[in-house]
Amino acid sequence: MNEPLLQVRDLVVEYPVKGLRRPPFRALHGVGLDVDAGETVGLVGESGSGKTTFGRAVLGLAPVTSGSIRFRGREISRLSRSARRGLAAQIQVVFQDPYTSLNPSLVIERTLVEPLLARRVPADEARRRVRDLLDQVHLPADAGRRLPREFSGGQRQRIAIARALALSPALIVCDEPVSALDLSTQARVLSLFREIQERTGVAYLFVSHDLAVVRHLSHRVAVMRAGEIVESGEVRQVTDHPQHPYTQKLFLAAPLPDPQAQRERREARRRLRAETA
Amino acid sequence: MSDPSLAVPDVASVPAPGSLRRLLRNPLGVAAIGWLALVLVSALLASWLSPYDPDEPAARDILAGPGSAHLLGADGSGRDILSRLLHASQISVAGAALTLLVAAVIGIGAGLLAGYYGGWTETAGTWVASLIMALPGIVALLAVRAVVGPSLWTTMAIFGVLLSPAFYRVVHAAVSGVRNELYVDAARVSGLSDPRIIGRHVLTVVRAPAIILAAGVGSAAIALQSGITFLGLGDPSVPTWGGMLNDAFANIYTAPVALAWPSLAIGVTCVALTLLSNALRDALERTAEPAPTRHDADDEHAAPPAPSGGEALLEVRDLVVAYRRPDGSARRVVDEVSLSVREGEVHGLVGESGSGKTQTAFSILRLLPAGARTSGSIVFDGTELTGLPAKRLTRLRGDAIAYIPQEPMSNLDPSFTVGSQLVEPIRTHRGYGRAQARARALELLDRVGIPDPERTFRAYPHEISGGMAQRVLIAGAVACEPKLLIADEPTTALDVTVQAEVLDLLRDLRDDLGMGVLLVTHDFGVVADLCDRVSVMRHGRVVETGPVDALFAAPQHPYTRALFDAVIATGEPAGSPQDGADA
Repeated sequence: MNEPLLQVRDLVVEYPVKGLRRPPFRALHGVGLDVDAGETVGLVGESGSGKTTFGRAVLGLAPVTSGSIRFRGREISRLSRSARRGLAAQIQVVFQDPYTSLNPSLVIERTLVEPLLARRVPADEARRRVRDLLDQVHLPADAGRRLPREFSGGQRQRIAIARALALSPALIVCDEPVSALDLSTQARVLSLFREIQERTGVAYLFVSHDLAVVRHLSHRVAVMRAGEIVESGEVRQVTDHPQHPYTQKLFLAAPLPDPQAQRERREARRRLRAETA
Repeated sequence: MSDPSLAVPDVASVPAPGSLRRLLRNPLGVAAIGWLALVLVSALLASWLSPYDPDEPAARDILAGPGSAHLLGADGSGRDILSRLLHASQISVAGAALTLLVAAVIGIGAGLLAGYYGGWTETAGTWVASLIMALPGIVALLAVRAVVGPSLWTTMAIFGVLLSPAFYRVVHAAVSGVRNELYVDAARVSGLSDPRIIGRHVLTVVRAPAIILAAGVGSAAIALQSGITFLGLGDPSVPTWGGMLNDAFANIYTAPVALAWPSLAIGVTCVALTLLSNALRDALERTAEPAPTRHDADDEHAAPPAPSGGEALLEVRDLVVAYRRPDGSARRVVDEVSLSVREGEVHGLVGESGSGKTQTAFSILRLLPAGARTSGSIVFDGTELTGLPAKRLTRLRGDAIAYIPQEPMSNLDPSFTVGSQLVEPIRTHRGYGRAQARARALELLDRVGIPDPERTFRAYPHEISGGMAQRVLIAGAVACEPKLLIADEPTTALDVTVQAEVLDLLRDLRDDLGMGVLLVTHDFGVVADLCDRVSVMRHGRVVETGPVDALFAAPQHPYTRALFDAVIATGEPAGSPQDGADA
């Protein structure tokens, strides 16, 4: 087994709390997780579990108090701003909110071309690459000349995916990328994620509160609660035979879109609650 | 919702009219620009346009009136007023420009740094800005003049420093609003350097407010400069509008007309700058109207209303909700919707965003925004609600018809305790006394599963969690034992484990009170869990309706089938054994 693409060990993230001598808020309590090249690791949790903070720490957007984040064997948790910029080609992001993750006053092409120009790709070449990217995420070729407000939520998320792909990264951190989308749009965006992975071999760290989405896309799953990972493993292992009581509770709480199956699940949840009470 | 992967958005690709064109359509803006251009041209061409040397005194022309020799007359030293006015505009324009430049460079620069980096730069910047604003401007300028001598340029530069907090505040506020936007994070992750992010993403936000402010600051600079030179604190050797005013003022009884020219120059220029600032604001800050989404007249027809057992509690027939478009045509967001809710029945109204499901629910509650036109019939418990006087409807709402919103937190007033918000409606609707209403509220909080009702009763909304807040709203909704409960995505904002508990609570309450429930949701899991009947909406129409078990087992309409196909909850996981090599 080679070294994993991303190796996180004992990660602690603390946010300062306003006020003198107040102890900082500890969002992550020593979290460890690996992501291999080309695989999707789902990170599931409820609000406040620290799953988004974990993703932001990998991206260098959250303050790492202690622990290590190694990418291709190199420690990246305490890089300077300029060293971090060098890593941009390798680790990219797709955010949750397709409405605020695109600058409303720039046409799509300007947003997409920017990271390429910053790496001294010639302007003609960069524009050609952008057209290619828009094609890859199934947007019309003239999309580059329009402003974000002319696109629907699903289309904006496609643009955000195109931006993440621009530098051909090895890892994309996806922070709830489909939770703001309608059901049918969600399914199409998810299949786009899968299609891109098959073609490019990119790895995903897929952060979501939605178990169904994570199960649909992930090879391995980790379940977070209150800043800790309570259970992790192969997707079938964790989603079909959860071991930890919290994971069981989480899975039984998600309603199934089938009245009969949901009645059974509801009974199972009542039994679990009776047992743990 | 159109298929985003295939459909080209039906938005006209005509660019929004440019800001410049909008500015030129504003008559006041055009007049202001015209005057300022005139001032600028006469300042630039003063040496050629002036009939006389502005500093050449002529003893025989002292206080000469306007005439053929001197178009606007001559001043107390016999100098030509027109020539002096033209030369003075040079000084005024250059002085105002210097003030503006100094204020903008300091204020915008510091505002960008403080807003973007935050931390100590922000603390320091805001302290210095407050300090400068606290200084009395005129006193500071007089002190500077006493130290460095009567140089107009130094005075104007210092005035620029004094005005820089205005730019600082505006820019700082705009930038710190943008600092945490996801697109700035995304740019950072894309490997863009800070100057590049500021130049590309942050400056665009600052541009409009800074330009607007600049016009205002320019006006202030001209007014102050004239004031200082009028007081004789400028450089007496150069002609200025304020200096001319001073001279004319000294001779106000002998040649009152001379006072008019510099006054007009100062006044009209200041007014023009202010008008320009207003016109710029209108042109730059008016966001383009969103393109109206076209409502496709497709061939879907409302499913025939299902035969309902006679005792329908709520009977909606051919409900239409329409809004007027800017071009005068009407857009139907709810199109001939019919549905019925029986006592003790949970009717799910399911659809994607924009399908009209919330509009349908709101029209029953008559909570639609102004401008909505409705038609059709809504019969609740034997009473026709459309056309019912507002007073009688108000009595029904909150009593026989209750409502649970999607966002529990924004539906509780942060400045009152949970208890007072529960007690008030109970007293209004039931006529209870204070103690009796309080006892009822505590009983309700206990009923909805709140562990410590007393504590929650005294708590303010920010002190309780989202799940607790939703329970509080449910307690309020069922306080008067309504016959019909309308719930608009009641669990969408909640975590799954909390959602499961709230759904359990709604089921129990329905069983206890026998109320009918109209549940608006986009989640088929929630429908399967709680509903007895379901109506599927698309583009404002009900495409299919029926009992939950039957509809889930055999959806008839192609759209319903497509929605079920999109559900991924029951699919196979990605990590199937054959691609386990990389696992």
